[in-house]
Amino acid sequence: MSAPAQSVFRRLFDEVGPVDHVGIEERVAKYTTRSIKKNAKLWGLKTAVSMVDLTTLEGKDTPGKVASLCQKALRPHDGLDCPPVAAVCVYPAMVKHARRALGEDTAVRIASVATAFPSGQAPLRTRLAEVKAAVADGADEIDMVINRGAFLSGEFQLVQDEIVAVRDACGSATLKVILEVSELETYDNIRAASFLAMRVLRPGDFIKTSTGKTTLNATLGNNQVMLEAIRDFYLDTGTPIAMKPAGGIRTAKQALQFLIAVKETLGDAWLNNTRYRFGASSLLNDLLRQLEKERTGAYQAPYYFSEAAESY
Amino acid sequence: MSRLPITKTPKVYVGGAFIRSESARTFPLQDAAGHFFANIPQCTRKDLRNAIEAAAKAGPGWAKRTPYNRGQIIYRLGEMLEARKADMTDALAVGGATKSAAAKEITATIDRLIYYAGWADKYEQVLGNVNPVASPHFNFTVTEPMGIIGLLAPAEVPLLALVSLIAPAITSGNTVVALASSTQPYPAIVLGEMLATSDLPGGVVNLLTGFRKEIVPTMATHTHLRAIAGVASADERKTLKLGAADSVKRVKLSKTEEPTDWFSDQAQSLYDLRDHLEFKTTWHPIGA
Repeated sequence: MSAPAQSVFRRLFDEVGPVDHVGIEERVAKYTTRSIKKNAKLWGLKTAVSMVDLTTLEGKDTPGKVASLCQKALRPHDGLDCPPVAAVCVYPAMVKHARRALGEDTAVRIASVATAFPSGQAPLRTRLAEVKAAVADGADEIDMVINRGAFLSGEFQLVQDEIVAVRDACGSATLKVILEVSELETYDNIRAASFLAMRVLRPGDFIKTSTGKTTLNATLGNNQVMLEAIRDFYLDTGTPIAMKPAGGIRTAKQALQFLIAVKETLGDAWLNNTRYRFGASSLLNDLLRQLEKERTGAYQAPYYFSEAAESY
Repeated sequence: MSRLPITKTPKVYVGGAFIRSESARTFPLQDAAGHFFANIPQCTRKDLRNAIEAAAKAGPGWAKRTPYNRGQIIYRLGEMLEARKADMTDALAVGGATKSAAAKEITATIDRLIYYAGWADKYEQVLGNVNPVASPHFNFTVTEPMGIIGLLAPAEVPLLALVSLIAPAITSGNTVVALASSTQPYPAIVLGEMLATSDLPGGVVNLLTGFRKEIVPTMATHTHLRAIAGVASADERKTLKLGAADSVKRVKLSKTEEPTDWFSDQAQSLYDLRDHLEFKTTWHPIGA
């Protein structure tokens, strides 16, 4: 890293405060020891279902596949008392198909990854055009990726300007800013990037861990760093920013551990799907499986549930 | 200088790894003379659940191997046992088996493995069929493995009975979760170590130790198990059949109160293989 880049990083770290790496690891290790049973588990599972951004992000996505994903989003499983999921998350080209499948008056929102997902390596005007097209097709939420190249070379103003440009292109749609934590390399960088994004976001916009397209995705550790950034930013400014871990969360057990992290870091105000989401595709099936297990008392075979899109 | 004793921590073989119980509980095992021998993992219903997940993961890969290859691997398991007879003799001695009794049981166990290894690429010829039909079709019946099989080993002959239950199930491409003898679990622990060094893929055979009353009810209701076989008491049979009726699984149990002669030739048969197979009949138009 060049000397000027180093100094801007140091200045930003000084502003937002450092991350205690060991402290974070110790803290999140405790989350996996909580015993959540019976009613609390049931509540947690249902809440987690209502927070899922049911995702399919594959080259082989078709309008038909998106339509069946939408059906599943509206009614996750027959004979089970559980809420619809928060949103479906699709590529921009699939937004209009999702809108047709869900209709205008629906509890399930449509999220679309835009801005040359997952790399973000396209000219800004192309990325903005993609965002506008997705919103025009009916997307309620836009998941953008930040310019990691600019961030890592210390061009923070550029990173923020691009977020602002995308935010303005979103209009009334909610914005989710993907930091792609695995490419940021350190907890300090994750915290710094979180602050860069939060400073230009509107209340209710999200910061999101990752695209799900790299090797390392959402972990309790980087989730915790971002939750603490959200907490500190909220205490400073009063602006509540929402959070979405994505990628790698496949089991109900993991989801409950993430909810514990939210509860113990941000409190009950964040335990709903306007403030916290899971970006996942196979998680929903495991949640349903555990809910069905709680209902019947018998462990369930996975083939009793409709097939999940295996993109995350 | 006297050396501190290095004692072995018995662990069960699940998903190709040696694990302690998820509950972290153990129960003390006494040897035949009544002295403390070791703490054995007390596996619970959650261990059963995890073992079934492991068996499910291993299932498709194991079923997709050629029957010939499955035969080779089961034969290889026989070789492993042959080469490590001494270890197994010691393991059986914990339950009070004399040298000659242990030798007899181990030899019978190896022979049983070789018997099923031989069947691996032959049972299809015997059980499958080309059926005569009065229309221009070929009509085939072929077999398919059922999936995951739950096994309950009896208390006595802890090695031979366990292997006699496992071998026919895995020969045709099923994967198994077996609860070892509750009074003599140690040979199953040593068997796990031999499974790990045969070419058997992890997760095909999963061995649990623990108490039957903790495992049997969950085995009965778990919907992912496709069949249950082994030896059970009257009460257990009732629990298993009720649970199996709900989840529609096949149950074939012999009775604890009528001991099986595991050494006899009747304890190995093509029909034990057939118990864990589904039959699929297809119609194929002639000339198409």
